[in-house]
Amino acid sequence: MNLTLKIWRQNGSQDKGKMVDYQVSDISENMSFLEMMDVLNEQIINEGGEPVAFDHDCREGICGMCSMHINGEPHGPDKGITTCQLHMRSFKDGDTITIEPFRAKAFPVIKDLMVDRSSFERIQQAGGYISVNTSGNTQDANSIPIDKHAADMAMDSATCIGCGACVASCKNASAMLFVGAKVSQYALLPQGQVEAVDRVKNMVAQMDLEGFGNCTNTGACEVECPKGISLENIARLNSEFFKANVKG
Amino acid sequence: MSILDSKVPKGPLKDKWTTYKDKINLVNPANKRSIDIIVVGTGLAGGSAAATLAELGYNVKAFCYQDSPRRAHSIAAQGGINAAKNYQGDGDSTYRLFYDTIKGGDYRSREANVYRLAEVSGNIIDQCVAQGVPFARDYGGLLDNRSFGGVLVSRTFYAKGQTGQQLLLGAYSAMNRQIARGKIEMHNRHEMLDVVKIDGKARGIIARNLVTGEIERHSAHAVVIATGGYGNVYFLSTNAMGSNATAAWKVHKKGAFFANPCYTQIHPTCIPRSGDYQSKLTLMSESLRNDGRIWVPKKMEDVLAIREGKKKPTDLSEEERDYYLERRYPAFGNLVPRDVASRAAKERCDAGYGVNATGEAVYLDFKSAIQRYGTEQAKLHGLTNASKEKIIELGEEIIKAKYGNLFQMYEKIVDENPYKTPMMIYPATHYTMGGVWVDYNLMTTVEGLYCIGEANFSDHGANRLGASALMQGLADGYFILPYTIGDYLSNEIRTGKIPTNTPEFDEAEKAVTDQINAFINNKGSHSVDYFHKKLGKVMWDKCGMSRNAADLKEAIKEIKAIREAFYRDVKVPGKADEMNPELEKAGRVADFLELGELFAKDALMREESCGGHFREESVELDGEQKGEAKRNDAEFAFVAAWEYKGEPSDAVLHKEQLEFNDIELKQRSYK
Amino acid sequence: MSGFFNSSIGRKYAMALSAFFLMIFIVQHFAINILSVFSPDAFNEISHFMGTNPLVQFGLQPILLFGVVFHFVMGFILEIRNRNARAVKYAQYNGAANSTWMSRNMIWSGGFILIFLVIHFIDFWFPEINTKFIQGDMSGLLADGEGYRYYEELTHKFAPLWRVALYCVGFIFLSLHLLHGFSSAFQSVGANNKYTRGLKGFGKAYAIIIPLGFIFIALFHHFNH
Repeated sequence: MNLTLKIWRQNGSQDKGKMVDYQVSDISENMSFLEMMDVLNEQIINEGGEPVAFDHDCREGICGMCSMHINGEPHGPDKGITTCQLHMRSFKDGDTITIEPFRAKAFPVIKDLMVDRSSFERIQQAGGYISVNTSGNTQDANSIPIDKHAADMAMDSATCIGCGACVASCKNASAMLFVGAKVSQYALLPQGQVEAVDRVKNMVAQMDLEGFGNCTNTGACEVECPKGISLENIARLNSEFFKANVKG
Repeated sequence: MSILDSKVPKGPLKDKWTTYKDKINLVNPANKRSIDIIVVGTGLAGGSAAATLAELGYNVKAFCYQDSPRRAHSIAAQGGINAAKNYQGDGDSTYRLFYDTIKGGDYRSREANVYRLAEVSGNIIDQCVAQGVPFARDYGGLLDNRSFGGVLVSRTFYAKGQTGQQLLLGAYSAMNRQIARGKIEMHNRHEMLDVVKIDGKARGIIARNLVTGEIERHSAHAVVIATGGYGNVYFLSTNAMGSNATAAWKVHKKGAFFANPCYTQIHPTCIPRSGDYQSKLTLMSESLRNDGRIWVPKKMEDVLAIREGKKKPTDLSEEERDYYLERRYPAFGNLVPRDVASRAAKERCDAGYGVNATGEAVYLDFKSAIQRYGTEQAKLHGLTNASKEKIIELGEEIIKAKYGNLFQMYEKIVDENPYKTPMMIYPATHYTMGGVWVDYNLMTTVEGLYCIGEANFSDHGANRLGASALMQGLADGYFILPYTIGDYLSNEIRTGKIPTNTPEFDEAEKAVTDQINAFINNKGSHSVDYFHKKLGKVMWDKCGMSRNAADLKEAIKEIKAIREAFYRDVKVPGKADEMNPELEKAGRVADFLELGELFAKDALMREESCGGHFREESVELDGEQKGEAKRNDAEFAFVAAWEYKGEPSDAVLHKEQLEFNDIELKQRSYK
Repeated sequence: MSGFFNSSIGRKYAMALSAFFLMIFIVQHFAINILSVFSPDAFNEISHFMGTNPLVQFGLQPILLFGVVFHFVMGFILEIRNRNARAVKYAQYNGAANSTWMSRNMIWSGGFILIFLVIHFIDFWFPEINTKFIQGDMSGLLADGEGYRYYEELTHKFAPLWRVALYCVGFIFLSLHLLHGFSSAFQSVGANNKYTRGLKGFGKAYAIIIPLGFIFIALFHHFNH
């Protein structure tokens, strides 16, 4: 198939950036979206231009590196997948596809479609962990039985790949689903209780500091999340945060 | 006598590690504060090592090329992690895990290392649970296990199909705690481009800031390489796009021996390539072979009809199908080990029976399993006269419960419903057992330079067991390196801060900038991928699942030719001092082009078949095992450690003889 | 807790709490108004009670006013902050693919409700305050002294068609606002559990029935007089 691509080009964080049109032809419907981008880049290189920079790594939907806003949606029109899992059969011959980076003040563009998500790192560093040293003498893994239901829910929260689609889809560029998922994972497990108060307060404080917007419960994040992280995680974050503030 | 000293402690196998730990030198807490350690790579091995070393009080500088440690490719491991916990009471023990790992590795790994690995495996699970890793649990709230890869016990711990992800996030969270405390200085989007040696000791690295292009010098008292495997030498593999061998190869060029490069694991159940544009391959969990039957058509005309779309696989009757694994290996059938299953698929496809357009695919069919489960369920539900449709429906439900997410993934990629039509699979490069040679301390042949995880060669011999990669990465990082490196660093407490304004740093930095500038100024006519694909094709065709002397000799020549063409004609757009993904790729491919040649050289030298390395010349000639791999313990029970001498062809072989005192060497048989 | 209300989540809590208060108030307002359809006398009695009871006038009324003003002001503050969180806008943003129009446009539905409220205050609240507290007539009687004035005033207001139409539009916006706002408020205070499905259903019913009821009242008085 032949396609017209409208791609955001921005040469470095200081550049203003603009949309540029490209044509690609003979695209197979079995290609993944990123393979189509590879074809485009090969074409640009052969024409003597500078290829489009974009983040990608595992290309199997788990590393969370790829981050394109395609036709108005993070990771494109299909649901429950990352950009690398999107295939060209989701498009038609002659289509025009708009490709932009994930946009948020807290995700500044590095180059073209590549954004800096270190704000997520700092939120995790503020409390996304359980303080346990590696001694080889921690108690036996089976010494605390954990309700299967709670363990499964914690796992569902923990599947977050930190791609930032939640922020990208949210009209307010809010990071509540990401933070909610991490807080929930620990809130649901007994191991996480000891530091629960400080964890949620510190992570929320860092989230606010990074300049993410406020959640207005539109639910866009839940729909666009490639791992299907549910809004329950945001509700849990809200109540954990309230409880933490009541406790002190 | 070899110059290689494995430094395995004396004493009985069972007591080696304990005795070792009792006797090593320690660094007191105050002194640890003045010691710096560089960790390159932040997957399971690097991440866990960085976190643990920082907890101990060392100043850690960690580096990864991704935008976060959480993205390292350990994250993609699906199945699980082995540990000899014996929670199921099914007779598992440290010895049994040790035995299975040695046997699985086709007797080409070092006994003492593997025993230690089995010994600390239980601690890993304890540690991860304490960190909040949500392993699967049973209804009693205790940890659940599954069995994996043809061993006789159930010892694999898992977190849905995302065990690697959860373990990595555990290590990442431990790192985050130390980053917040200021004990880890994290350098994301940085790539190590060389190691700096001063007076024979590793004292730092040269790294490129991938965002600004700036070349940076970082010094330390010890350097740890944890940068994973080199599967991308094949261009197509299940590795991440960025996975590379540059750090491992650069340390090799600075004196670290590279061991057993020809040992690669080709995983049998991957989604086949659909065209030349293919950028990577996706693995489907091995567990599928528990219920799927592998076949190709018996008749060539059916193959052609299927390729042309005139026939569908479901049109073929049982008699028209060749269930070749069941035919060749009646005892194990579809459950033969990875290497055997992969080679058998290649054999059929090479004979022309591949079922997709590229001719490189075989069927994995769940029809029998659906039928079997359906009948079983119908009985359970008390349906005496269940219709055909009802039976299929019930059977599909069971299959869905077991493999639902895999089937969904397959459907997304291939756009075919695997419940209704057989899946297509083909082997793909998955893991590399070879790597930088290390001694018992995980130190390379360069003093103060360590190598852990997939990047080293140590624990899996010639073939890795399922669910053991995660175990090794975390064992090295959490429980082994923190002890062994302390023993070395106890001699460094008086060294003081290592300056970076020395001639050694100047020289290393110059070499790095020279190479970068050469690429940028080359103005060739082909992209980096063009050469990488060429290399990949040679590797796959001639150093792939089965190898012979003639092909390997050709491969060596061809790789050398590609390498020369690459330096002459590669085109790298953009500038050196900016974010430039093409430039990053160029550096990585340059190293693959050298490693690939050494790989072929190693494969040529090893005139036996063992594990993932199959030499067509070394097969059983008669008897029940006719045509199967033939190991040669008398001549090849050694680790091949290569010393760099300029060109890969000049590399010098050093042998570390493997001794097996606690285990009897046996031929693997699956007939 | 002071830090709590300075945080993003705390502000959402405050929005939700004021919303709960306003939603309860609307039910009470509706309950009194619907009486006007069935029993003008009862409507007059209760209107007089509410209008002259000191606890209502000097206790609850200021709280209500504060609630209304707070909900609007905080809503605008959050909207501005949220807009700032994405400095460069998307060239293409397909919000309809993942969220409802109502949820994305709370600021617009809220804004129109604010305009409506201003008109509503001019129509009813300012005249009331004027009569009672400026002119000092606390009797609640018609000018000729023949019974209470409340019902008469109400029916009189809904005589002109333009005002009825305006109120209908106002209530439609209220409905749109509530269709998202009702369940959103529960989510904001962290209530998302097995009751959420039911609660969402109830919220939808609430968001449609209450505004529809108000519309019914307006139309009823318009066509019956």
